[in-house]
Order: sequence, then C-alpha cells, then structure tokens
Amino acid sequence: MSEIAIPTSQSAADEPRFYLKVDRHPDNGTLLGFWLYLMSDCLVFACLFAVYGVLGRSYAAGPSGADLFDLPLVAINTSLLLLSSITYGFAMLEMQRKRVAPVLAWLAITGLFGLGFLGVELYEFHHLISEGAGPQRSAFLSAFFALVGTHGLHVTFGIIWLVTLMVQVGTMGLTRENKRRLMCLSMFWHFLDVVWIGVFTFVYLMGTLR
Amino acid sequence: MHISKVIRPLALMAATALLAGCNMVVLNPSGDIAAQQAKLVVTSTLLMLLIVVPVIALTFFFAWRYREANKEATFKPDWDHSTQLELIIWAAPLLIIIALGAITWISTHTLDPYRPLNRVALNKPVPRDAKPLVVEVVALDWKWLFIYPEQGIALVNEMAAPVDRPIQFKITASSVMNAFYVPALAGMIYAMPGMETKLHAVINAPGNYDGFSANYSGEGFSHMKFRFHGLSEADFDAWVKKNKAAGQQLDRPGYLALAKPSAREPVKTFANVTPGLWDAIVNRCVAEGTMCMNRMMAIDMHGGMGKTGSARLAEAALRAGDDDLIRSYAGEVCTVAEAVADASSSKSAATTAVR
Amino acid sequence: MFKDQDLATLIFGRLTWEAFPYHEPILVATFIGVALGGLALLGGLTYFKVWGHLWREWITSIDHKKIGIMYMVLGIIMLLRGFADALMMRLQQAVAFGDNMGYLPPHHYDQVFTAHGVIMIFFVAMPLVTGLMNYVVPLQIGARDVAFPFLNNFSFWMTTCGAVLVMMSLFVGEFAKTGWLAYPPLSGILHSPDVGVDYYIWSLQIAGVGTLLSGINLIATIVKMRAPGMGMMKMPVFTWTSLCTNVLIVAAFPVLTAVLALLSLDRYVGTAFFTNDLGGNAMMYVNLIWIWGHPEVYILILPLFGAFSEIVSTFSRKKLFGYASMVYATVVITILSYLVWLHHFFTMGSGASVNSFFGITTMIISIPTGAKIFNWLFTMYHGRIKFEVPMLWTIGFMVTFVIGGMTGVLLAVPPADFVLHNSLFLIAHFHNVIIGGVLFGLFAAINYWFPKAFGYKLDSFWGKVSFWFWLVGFYVAFMPLYVLGLMGVTRRVSHFEDQSLQIWFQVAAFGAVLIAVGIAAFLIQLVVSYRNREALRDHTGDPWNGRTLEWSTSSPPPAYNFAFTPRVHDNDAWYDMKKANFQRPLEGFAAIHMPSNTAAGFVLAVLSGVMGFALIWHMWLVAAVSFAALIISAIVHTFNYKRDYHIPVEDVVRTEATRTRILAAAHV
Repeated sequence: MSEIAIPTSQSAADEPRFYLKVDRHPDNGTLLGFWLYLMSDCLVFACLFAVYGVLGRSYAAGPSGADLFDLPLVAINTSLLLLSSITYGFAMLEMQRKRVAPVLAWLAITGLFGLGFLGVELYEFHHLISEGAGPQRSAFLSAFFALVGTHGLHVTFGIIWLVTLMVQVGTMGLTRENKRRLMCLSMFWHFLDVVWIGVFTFVYLMGTLR
Repeated sequence: MHISKVIRPLALMAATALLAGCNMVVLNPSGDIAAQQAKLVVTSTLLMLLIVVPVIALTFFFAWRYREANKEATFKPDWDHSTQLELIIWAAPLLIIIALGAITWISTHTLDPYRPLNRVALNKPVPRDAKPLVVEVVALDWKWLFIYPEQGIALVNEMAAPVDRPIQFKITASSVMNAFYVPALAGMIYAMPGMETKLHAVINAPGNYDGFSANYSGEGFSHMKFRFHGLSEADFDAWVKKNKAAGQQLDRPGYLALAKPSAREPVKTFANVTPGLWDAIVNRCVAEGTMCMNRMMAIDMHGGMGKTGSARLAEAALRAGDDDLIRSYAGEVCTVAEAVADASSSKSAATTAVR
Repeated sequence: MFKDQDLATLIFGRLTWEAFPYHEPILVATFIGVALGGLALLGGLTYFKVWGHLWREWITSIDHKKIGIMYMVLGIIMLLRGFADALMMRLQQAVAFGDNMGYLPPHHYDQVFTAHGVIMIFFVAMPLVTGLMNYVVPLQIGARDVAFPFLNNFSFWMTTCGAVLVMMSLFVGEFAKTGWLAYPPLSGILHSPDVGVDYYIWSLQIAGVGTLLSGINLIATIVKMRAPGMGMMKMPVFTWTSLCTNVLIVAAFPVLTAVLALLSLDRYVGTAFFTNDLGGNAMMYVNLIWIWGHPEVYILILPLFGAFSEIVSTFSRKKLFGYASMVYATVVITILSYLVWLHHFFTMGSGASVNSFFGITTMIISIPTGAKIFNWLFTMYHGRIKFEVPMLWTIGFMVTFVIGGMTGVLLAVPPADFVLHNSLFLIAHFHNVIIGGVLFGLFAAINYWFPKAFGYKLDSFWGKVSFWFWLVGFYVAFMPLYVLGLMGVTRRVSHFEDQSLQIWFQVAAFGAVLIAVGIAAFLIQLVVSYRNREALRDHTGDPWNGRTLEWSTSSPPPAYNFAFTPRVHDNDAWYDMKKANFQRPLEGFAAIHMPSNTAAGFVLAVLSGVMGFALIWHMWLVAAVSFAALIISAIVHTFNYKRDYHIPVEDVVRTEATRTRILAAAHV
C-alpha cells in the first residue's frame, strides 16, 4: 500500500452526507506501529532492569561489579555505540537530501561501529566467563548477562537489519517504503542507544562505585 | 400446582440437610484469628449484598417489565443520559468501597500474621506473663516437620498446642513453595525455601484439627497433611513428655534423609533436636560444607568476595572485632594470619589482636 | 569422527522412543481417536480436492474477516480439549476418596489441571477474544482491513503453532506439572527436569509473540483508520473496549516474554534468577508473572464488556445509557488493572501496609465495573427488549458476573484472603467471572455477529438449549465449590480422605456434565444452522436492526468491506444513517486497493514451531537450522515489495449489483 489516491476537488454541497465518493487513503500506520513495538521492547528491558535492581547485589559471596567491570573498556564500547547513533543520524540527513551513496556510506560506518561494539562486548563476556564469573555464578551475574546480553542481541539483529536495508536501498533506491524502513531502523537504533545509557549508568557505573 | 407444594419444602429440607451436614470450618473455626477472619468474610459479604441484591433484582425486573410484549411500558429510545442517575451509579458503590476500604486497612493491620497477639479471644487479652509457644515449621517434600525449640522435641506430620496460649510459628520450606494452613486456627502463610515467614495464632478449643499445604508443590501434594491437636495445658505437658520419651535424635544427617522426597509419611517423633538445626535449615546449610545464606548475605552486603569485597570485608571484620566475620572471611579465602597481614598492611593503625 | 550415538543425540537431542506414552492406556486411546479423526479429515479434504482452496482462500489470507473466523475455529477446537481436561478433573475428584485412588495418578492429574488452565486462558479465551476483535473492529470503524494485514496473518499462525505444541505434549513427552503459572522453584530445572515446563515455555513464548503483534496491529488500526468524522468519542463502545484491551496487551505481554525467558535461562543455562541458592529469588517470578497475569484477565473481559454494550443497546432498541461514562469507566479499569497484581499473593507475607494498599486498589476497580452494569441496566430501562439468544446470554452474564465480582471483592480483603487463598472458593470465584463474563460474552457475541460473518443466523432453539444448559450447569458445577472452599478444601488435590466432602464433588461433576450438554448443543446449533441456512438467511445484512457500521454491509461483507468509505456524524453511525433514510449508492464505483495474500506468515510460524519443538527436546542442530531458516525467510519476505493489488471496478460493480438485487427481493 504505497500509493495515495488524490481526491478530486468538489464543492461541499456535492459531497454525499454518509460516504466518500473517492477513497481517501488511510494514513500509513507503520511508524506508529513500530513505535508501539519499540515501547513493548522497552518494557522487556524495564523488566530486565527491575530484575537487575532486585538481584544486582546478590553476589553469592562471589565477585561484584567493582571486581569485574573494566571501565575503560566499557568507555570504548559506549563511545562506539554513541558514535554509531551519530553516524546513523548523518545517514538520515542524507536520506532527506535523497542521496543514495552517502546514505549507504554512513550506514556502513554505523554498521562497523555496531560490530565494534559487539566485538568488545563479546570479548568482555568471554573474559568474565573464563574467570569463572559466568551467568551461572550468582544471581547478580545472571541479571548482568541477561540485561547486557539482551541489549547485545538487539544490536546484532539491528546490524542484520541494517545490512539488509543497505542491500535494498542499494538495489531499489530511496523509495517511500525504504525511507519508512530507514526511519524505523533509526528509531530502533537510537532506542538501543538510550537503553545502553541506562545500562552504562545503572550497571557499570553504579556497580563499580559500590 | 400441588407438585410445587411438595417440591419446595423438599428442596428446602435437602438444602438445609446438605448445608448442616457440611462443616464450614472457615466460617466456624476454633481459633481466635480465624474467628476474626470469619467475621470479616461475613461482614464484607453483607456490605456487598447491599448493592448486589438490588442489581440482580433490577436485572430481572427490567428484563420482565420492558420485554417487547409489554406494550404498556414507556418506550424512550433516545433517552441515554441522566446526570442524577450517573451520580448515584458512581456514588453508591464508592460509598460501599470506602467503608470496605476502611475495614480492610484496619483489619489487615490487626490480623497481620507477623503481629504478636494482643488477645486470646474476644474479651480475653493476652496475660502479661504469658510466654508464647514457639513452633518451627519446615515444609518438606511432601510432609511437615515441626520443631519445638523450648521443649526440645520434633515431629513429622503432627503437632499440638495448649488451648488459649499464643503460638508463634516460624515457617520455612526445604525445596519449593508451600503454604502452612490450619483452617480451624488462623489464615495461611507461604512457606518458602531460604526464607522465614511468621504466623501468630491461638487455639481456643481442644480438638483434632486438619492441617495441610495450601500451595501446590508437586507429586505428593495431595497427601501433605498433618494433625493439629488443641490440648489443655495438662494434656499438652503430657503430650510433650510422651514424645520426649520416644528417644530418637534429629540430627543433620537425619534431617537430610527426611528431606528426600517421599509422600504419605506416618507420624514420626524425635526426642532431641541438634542445636542450631533450625537456623541451618532456614539458611540452607544443613549439609556439611555449604555456605549458610545469612553468611552469604552478610558477605554480599560488604560487596561480595572478589578483591574489592574481600578487602572491605576484612576491614569491617577488624574494625568490629567481629569473630564470626573474620572467620568467614578467613575461612573462604585464606588463613587468619594471612588475612590480618593483608588487611593491616594497608592500614597504619594498630591492629587488634586476632584470636 | 562422530559415533552413531553422538549423531543421534545431535539430531534428536533427548527425544527417544520413551517419549511416546505407549504404556498409558488413556493416552493411547486418545491418540488412536485423534489419529483416526485426523486421517478422516485429511482424507476428506483430499477427496473433495479443497487443499488449493484452503491454501489460497484461508491459510494465506490476510483478510481480517477470514483471520477472525480462523481464530474462532481455533478457540472452539481448543475449548473441546480444555473442557475434556475439566471433565477428567471433575470425575477424578468425584470418586477419589479413601481407598479409591481414582483413575488418574498424581503424575497424570497434575498435568491435566496445568493443561486445563493454560489451554483455557491462552488457547481458548485469547484466540476467541482476538478473533472477535479482528472480525468486528475494522467493520465498525469503516475500514477495509487492519493496519498491518500480513502481521495479522502471522499473529494467527503463531498462536496456532503454540496450540499445536501444547497438543503435541499429549503424545510426545509430557506437559508441565506445575499449575498454569509454573511458579519456581517447582518449575525450575531441579524440580521439573523433564520436558513439560519446556513445552509450557515455548508454546507460550510463540503464542505470546502473536498476541503482542496483534495488539500493536489493532491499536494502529483504531488510531489511524477510522472513517472520516468518527472522532474518538463517536467510536462504538466495542471499539473503545478493543482499544483499551490492545493497550493492555502491548503493555502486559512483554512482561510475560521477559519472565518466561528468564525461567528458560534458569532451565537451559543454569542461571540463578529464581533458584533457591546463589542469590535467586522465586518471589520475583511471582511478582512479574502476576504483573502480566492481572492485566491478562482484563484483556479477556473488556472486549466482552464492549460486546454486551452493543447487544443490550441493539436488543433494547435504545441508545446505550451513559456512553461517556462507559468510556471513562473502561479507561479507568485499564489503568487500575496495573495497580492490583499483588492481590494474587497476599499470603506471601508482604506486610500489612503493602497488602492493604493492593486490597484497596482492587476494590476501587469494582466501582467503574459496577457503573458499567448499572449503565446496561438503564439501557434496558424504558427499552423494548427482544429476547434473542444474545440477549439471554447477556442477562445470564449480568446476574452471574455480579456474584463473581462480589466474591472477588471479598477475596480482596487480605485477612479474608488468608483463609480462602488457593481454596476451591478461589476456583469458584474466577470461574464465576471468567465463565459468567468471558464465556457468556463470547456466546452472546458469536450468536450476535454470526449472521454478519456467514450470511445466516444461528438456530435460536439450539441456542437457547445451549444457554440454559450452560447457565444451570455453571451454577450446579461451581456453587458447591464455594461451599467446599468454606469447608477448608484447597485446590489441585487429586485424592481425599474426608468422605463428607464427596457429595459436593459429585454435584459439581453433574454440573460439568450439564455444561458438556451445553457445549454439545452449541455444536449441534452450528450444524443445524448450516443445514437450515436458507431458512435462516440474512438477506439485508442487518438482521437485528443494528446501530453500528458493520450492519451496513452485506452478510457476509465483500472482501473490501465497504464499496465507499462511510462518513460518520454521530454515535451509532448506522442508526443515524437509517434515521436519515440513507440510500445505498448504486453507481460511481471505483477499483479498490487491497493487500495481497501471502504464505510468509504461515512459513515463519511453522519454522518457529519447529524451533520451539527442537529447543524443548534439546535438538540443538535442528534448533539452529530452523532459527537460521527463520531469519532468512524473514529477510526474504522483506524483499517482497509488491504486496498489494486492485480489485477491478467490474468486480465491485458486480458484487454491489448482486447486493442490490438481494435487498430488493428481501423487501418484497
């Protein structure tokens, strides 16, 4: 459903009282629908944050955040993700200017930053697990891995989506449908950024300060 | 016509017989807390019937009066609003709920299972010198263990209490969530592993009452029942003496054997209970070599046992001169001497002598 | 090199021949019955060569009307399974006293009551309610379909795959033995190491995705696709309640997704969320699951409140009393339903102030609910009531639901709950409101909207038989349970010692049999109505002299719903049009833009189901492959940009001309 029917102009007196002579195409609900989905995803994260809030100090006489979190590494991680949001923003600006090649370029850079983020995170997880601080060690670590891991999974799916969209924009151009999809991915990507700011603050920073 | 003359009284008799034959223990209990709760059930129901009966009556009345066939009733097809009526419609239930809400707030606080009793029965306050009977309860798979710390006995699937003496239950579970419930005595409360819930109650009449788990807990759940005996003081003392003479000891291996899943257990008696067993059960460290949950939580409060946590724990232990904390830190990580050396090397202040 | 054993484990996980219950006679008999019936059905479909038609017209359909009907069919089939579980439970509890252990050992009985709850809530009530909203809402708002038609198809098949997984647990492995909410630690890996809880988790996760997407779909539909002139306060009440229901769905189901995911992590990875040791907290599961659970029951009832509003108004021939009040009451109920969840576990020991707070908020919900009942009463007042079958169900609801609501407010008083929690009194209460409210409402709605969907009314004699057997059967089955609860009897028990209880269970079992007759009468009603469909034919599209827009279309409506998008000026838009002597336009038709059918939803759902099955049985290779296939299929689907077509103007002309002919003949 990508065409809009243009109503012919009529005087008010001609218009039938109880029906439309010419179909007025309903507003496209994709952005609203995607926003609703995003809010439901937000609720999933809210639950995971709540679980972390309840279980976040249950170290089971094991290591705590202060022992485990490598803040410099997390700072790198965070910068990569925040930068990727900025580059996606640039991609959207180029989209408004209807320039396909720059859009693809900024999307590629965004994807690379995202991959960098994932790489650092996977390294961090691997390190924790090899030190015996895996998700089975304590409720705190279970909650940590669930929250951070779910966020990482979302970034992974975002990157898969980004690559798919790059192929679609590359082959079909900036059609109305593709622009809508880019806007949805934009919302998704920035949303992941916001969640990460929450993770960074409540998990890493506050966990280390304790 | 005359058939209904026969049927109606017969129906009434049947209903009365059925209802009289059943013992609605929830409405007619033998413990003061349960009795107050029963009164609450009745009062709340009557309050709500004030609305419910007129609504049901109006439903039948309107359905009959405004039926299509009745052409005499006024037909007002476009009448759909009346501010007055709306006010009543919202206000009447609101008033009932305000009343119920007040009753709720007050009764929930008075009948809080954690609240020690201030009365033994209506017009019978708790005597000043009364010492509550403490009973420690463990919900196992699928039987009940009762420990009497003061009397030093323990039983499986049977307990007793003297009439008119406040009882203080401390309740936990070994594996899954259960609920401790003696309908004649008081309301129920969940029994959960690693946690201790409390219930305060009193039994006002001697008798042999049903007790069971009110939260489904697995295959043996249907038979997870126990007897609760209300006894006079003299009978209770005799009952304790009888169980004391039975001779068996409840020790840690014995408890662990008991905790293995089994259903339909016969009543068992223990004349002696290893000291500290209850705390070990609640803190899930009956088996040798397991860390008690309270110790774990204390360590966690100081930040766990990673580098940072351990250092804090050692400092706190030295500062407080807390024997237990020092031992727990030491026991988990290193020898006592090493611990002291480690902690005091970062402090120039004099260390206290370590035992 | 792979040894044969390793290869078998890699492919089949923990699925072995032992998973098939060939030594349990009841299951073997059931399987034979299902297999024979299934073969007969498949054989019939092949013999009559309808596979192509089924695929093109139903399985791949994105038409909200067809999807709505498929949801209803799913719900009714699952009702038979869920009710069979109920009969089994009633029979066991009627005979298992003293030396008689009954015919269901605990191992089996515990699965039956768990399955009964899961199936009735997730695979009977939810699909029926979703199907209803799917069918009616676009028609009521003057739209041609929902906002996301492909997603609608996908949602339906996800729900169906969840149901298939639950049904499979009957013959391959076993189901959970934890109760319908699977509290840990009992549902954790230590105490439920078998596949049962895994079947539970994956069937609910898959169905849950479907429901969540359906919620998003309907909100977007109602917000974006209303006919011009239909402001929010001119929407039909059923649409309002659907909107609030779908808001509840979007705001509650993610919590279920999260908590089941955490439980599955505990079971699969060995995490410590809800364990007894290493810092886990089982009470947190209880909180999270009920934060979902309470809004869920409002999700079930709110659409039926809307249906009752439409039905009372139509059959009293009167405008609904207090429209604005009804809307505000619905919104208030929606918001408040988030503030009451703790009343499901007052006995967990939260302390008096916390318990009182939640008790009082629970009571407050009864105020807007009561206002709705009064508004229905005053719609009847000064009306001219026609006691068609939907109206009978409505009267039955008004009396029965009010009693159930009363016992609910009673249970909301924490100290009262301390003696009634988890007892048969509680069971009686929630069946009272779910049967009296949701189920009576569904039968009312089915009888009301059936002519619209199929073009002929349901036979009213068999409808009345079904109603009376359900109504009497309900009271006979559940009033004894109130008494038993007051006698101190707790739920989920498979064997009793106290002989004095038996008569009550026997009466309850008899009540269940009466309800069975009611269900049979409903099925007979469907068959008889089909055979008499010409006599029961709805020629005008408006068999009840309805008031809302769906009655302005033919019965059944054409694929495009409305030849011309309606323009709305007032509440009860169709009644408004009839009052102004609206004449249906006979010319000026144009081609109509419609979404195309697609197989993608079906494929994605089947792959999800395969992945769920593989995860349950630890068939890691199959799980990985089906997951990859799922992602790839989804990506491939996004490359399909041509998802629409136009209905040619000639088709529209022809369809409308046929309708004109039928209307003319009907008025002769």
